[in-house]
Amino acid sequence: MSINSVSVNLKQKVKNLFTYPGGVKVDSHKIHDDDTNIRFCNVPERLTLSLSQHIGSPAIPVVNIGDKVLKGQVIADQTGHISARIHAPTSGIIEAIGQYPIPHPSGLTTKCIVIKSDGNDEWLPHKGATNPESLSPYDIRTYVENAGVVGLGGATFPSAVKIDKSPGVRIHTLIINGAECEPYISCDEALMKQRAEEVVLGARLIQKALLAKKCIIALEDDIPIAYERLTEITRHYLDHKVDVVQIPELYPSGGEKQLIQILTGLEVPTKKIPAQIGVSVINVATAASVYRAVYQGEPLISRIITLTGGALKTSTNVEVLLGTPIEHLLHHAGLDEQRLSRLIMGGPMMGFNLPSAQLPTLKATNCILAATEDELAPLEAAMPCIRCGRCADHCPMSLLPQQMYWYSKNHDLKKIQDYNIFDCIECGCCSYVCPSNIPLVQYFRYGKAEVHKDRCQKEKSDKARNRHELREQRLEIIKKEKAEKRKHMAARKKEMAAKKAKEAAEKAADNNPDNSSLESKPENEEDPIKAAMKRVQAKKEAMKKQQ
Amino acid sequence: MQTQRISSPHLKPPIQVTDIMKGVIYALIPGIAVMFWLYGWSFIINIFIAISSALIFEAIALYLRQRPVKIYLYDGSALLTAILIALAIPTLVPWWIVVLGSFFAIVMTKQLYGGLGYNVFNPAMVAYAILLISFPEQMSILWQNISNEGQSLNLIDSINFKFFNELPADISIDAITSATPLDSIKTILSSGAATVSELKSQSFDNNIYGVIAGSNVEWINLAFLAGGLWMIYTKLITWHIPVSMLLSLLICSLLLGYGIDSDLHPSPLFHLFTGASMLGAFFIATDPVSASTTPKGKIVFGAGIGCLIYAIRTWGGYPDAIAFAVILMNITVPVIDYYTQPRVYGHDK
Repeated sequence: MSINSVSVNLKQKVKNLFTYPGGVKVDSHKIHDDDTNIRFCNVPERLTLSLSQHIGSPAIPVVNIGDKVLKGQVIADQTGHISARIHAPTSGIIEAIGQYPIPHPSGLTTKCIVIKSDGNDEWLPHKGATNPESLSPYDIRTYVENAGVVGLGGATFPSAVKIDKSPGVRIHTLIINGAECEPYISCDEALMKQRAEEVVLGARLIQKALLAKKCIIALEDDIPIAYERLTEITRHYLDHKVDVVQIPELYPSGGEKQLIQILTGLEVPTKKIPAQIGVSVINVATAASVYRAVYQGEPLISRIITLTGGALKTSTNVEVLLGTPIEHLLHHAGLDEQRLSRLIMGGPMMGFNLPSAQLPTLKATNCILAATEDELAPLEAAMPCIRCGRCADHCPMSLLPQQMYWYSKNHDLKKIQDYNIFDCIECGCCSYVCPSNIPLVQYFRYGKAEVHKDRCQKEKSDKARNRHELREQRLEIIKKEKAEKRKHMAARKKEMAAKKAKEAAEKAADNNPDNSSLESKPENEEDPIKAAMKRVQAKKEAMKKQQ
Repeated sequence: MQTQRISSPHLKPPIQVTDIMKGVIYALIPGIAVMFWLYGWSFIINIFIAISSALIFEAIALYLRQRPVKIYLYDGSALLTAILIALAIPTLVPWWIVVLGSFFAIVMTKQLYGGLGYNVFNPAMVAYAILLISFPEQMSILWQNISNEGQSLNLIDSINFKFFNELPADISIDAITSATPLDSIKTILSSGAATVSELKSQSFDNNIYGVIAGSNVEWINLAFLAGGLWMIYTKLITWHIPVSMLLSLLICSLLLGYGIDSDLHPSPLFHLFTGASMLGAFFIATDPVSASTTPKGKIVFGAGIGCLIYAIRTWGGYPDAIAFAVILMNITVPVIDYYTQPRVYGHDK
């Protein structure tokens, strides 16, 4: 079995790490605030909870306007195979259910539930598993599903689905991703420092649910305190093997594919998911949420968010209730509006800028970057590509961005696919190092979207052509059937006529039994007419006589 | 606050096109300094003529093509091309040859193909090749004689000679000009007038062989090598093209010449440090626009140039071969790029 041989290899190789090509070293700008506990952001007046803050089908509201809800109560239930529950982050009254803008690159609105806080922050009674250590994989999954846990690294894939043991897939290595490689973001770092135990216990639960042999918690080597704490805690739990591994600081080492490569030397085959090579990658914050769901019965209603940037008075990591307006957070961190130039959700490498601060936080919100003008790149005109190849040198996927750019620009959809545009993870290394200021990632997003559009159109036209061809076939069949029927009818008519004639002949023959030969038939046929005419004539004459 | 959609990443790029061009020009300074020391004012005048004419041609072409003149004029690419032309052509050529060189490079090779980033061929080398074919005499013998006995021209004399073809009464044209050491040595060796070991002896023809690669020219090459190594160190260029080019030149001269008969063929080191080898390896072949762009492709591209240089130097009609080798390899770039794509993550090995 290939999987077995792979896991044997892992045993030998896990200590010495692998490298991947490319990547960039960026100033980290992180807040390494040590032994201060993670503070809670105060409860805002209103919370807006998007029903689609995870990958999959949007949740369906199970409350009505005017209902009173308690903290932790389900307000929207999952639907379909891939979905996640949403819970009330605080107690209050459902004020509205409707379309509201959320932080999303598309700028579209989604259906949201608005809760007006009653200020009591009153919990729905809840408790965790009585013996969390002895839960079955199925039980763990149920707890996770009930808590609405999704991947907090950014992808927001429902965790219950991810840790579900699907048949035919065997996970040998679970990787807990604490490699927070994007500059400015330090929410996972704060979590690993302050709540190391939650991370380790959560990791053990997921490992159990997946029946994974190995579990590796990976983090970058610039946060030794977190490494020490995690290692210390793993020493307490010797029954399961949980390794804490430091990896060199480099962007984008925290990317799923890169992290797998660093730790195992394996590559996720193109167009496949990690599970297909027996690896699963789960974010540290997700692991901590799994811990809370199982040990304390707490649903996912809050997360740690990094508030940072030159336009804020203090850069800090705070625990924030989901649905808290970003404006509220900025106020909390002391925003200087005069200095604010660009508001970004996520990091400066992959985040997107927000059109306003009147947007709610989501399960995916890991960082709010309120940047000043000199912190980020000004909007400058792009120069022509000089094919210097810096983009290719820094691409962690070994793509050739300069060629993909050329063909994206020329709308050559076949060529961009030949150059494997769909393997691009949009990490932004190429654009960052481009001396010509070319927004390469934007070109690739455009290229991908065009290919997608093209495929949809082709599918549509294929369908239409199919339909047309089928119709033609059908019409042909009907035509044939009609012709057949007509032929049949004609034949039948003839048959009937023949039959009639035969019957008449028989009748005539009956009247004149002696004359039954075919040759005499015409005479026989004429006879009745002649007889009739004679009769008529006789009648007429009789009438004339009467007159 | 900027509310329009701005695509990630949001960080400032660490280096701009202009910085690259500037960096390359800084790296040329040691070579230029040595050449000034050896050739004197006429060389510096060439640089000035080349730069001013190139910038004028660039501005006119950009204006006619309705492109933003100021932005592109300041990108430094025309400036760099002009300097490379001035470094390549003989120092005592008349001024209009330099201007023609700028014209062929900037207008014909670069702007007519679409400007910065779109030229298929290396502009400076196309200009050099056209001039060499059009004016073979001026382009091969009008190098200033830098052997110890040659008389030299001062600034005023140089200007007079360049622009008005006038020389001071006591100086004859033959006294101040010569072919390049590479050219002379090639002629001597091919005619059988001397062997390599005889050339190497100090007394032969004013010590034309120099220490390893032709009197004085070796110092110019050494200076360009220094500038080139600095560019690799500061990551302005990658090592691929220069290393593969010099290595293939070394291997070719070792296997096809020196290794067969060391009396008829100069040593591999001679090839590395003579003519425009170092200038070509670090500053000309590495022009990103016209070179191969994949890592493996760069190695193939450089190696091809190295082989062609050796072939043309040894069996061709022209003394040095950088221009033709680079132009010939420019033609092959699309094919090289296509067949040297790196293996993408997650694809079959």
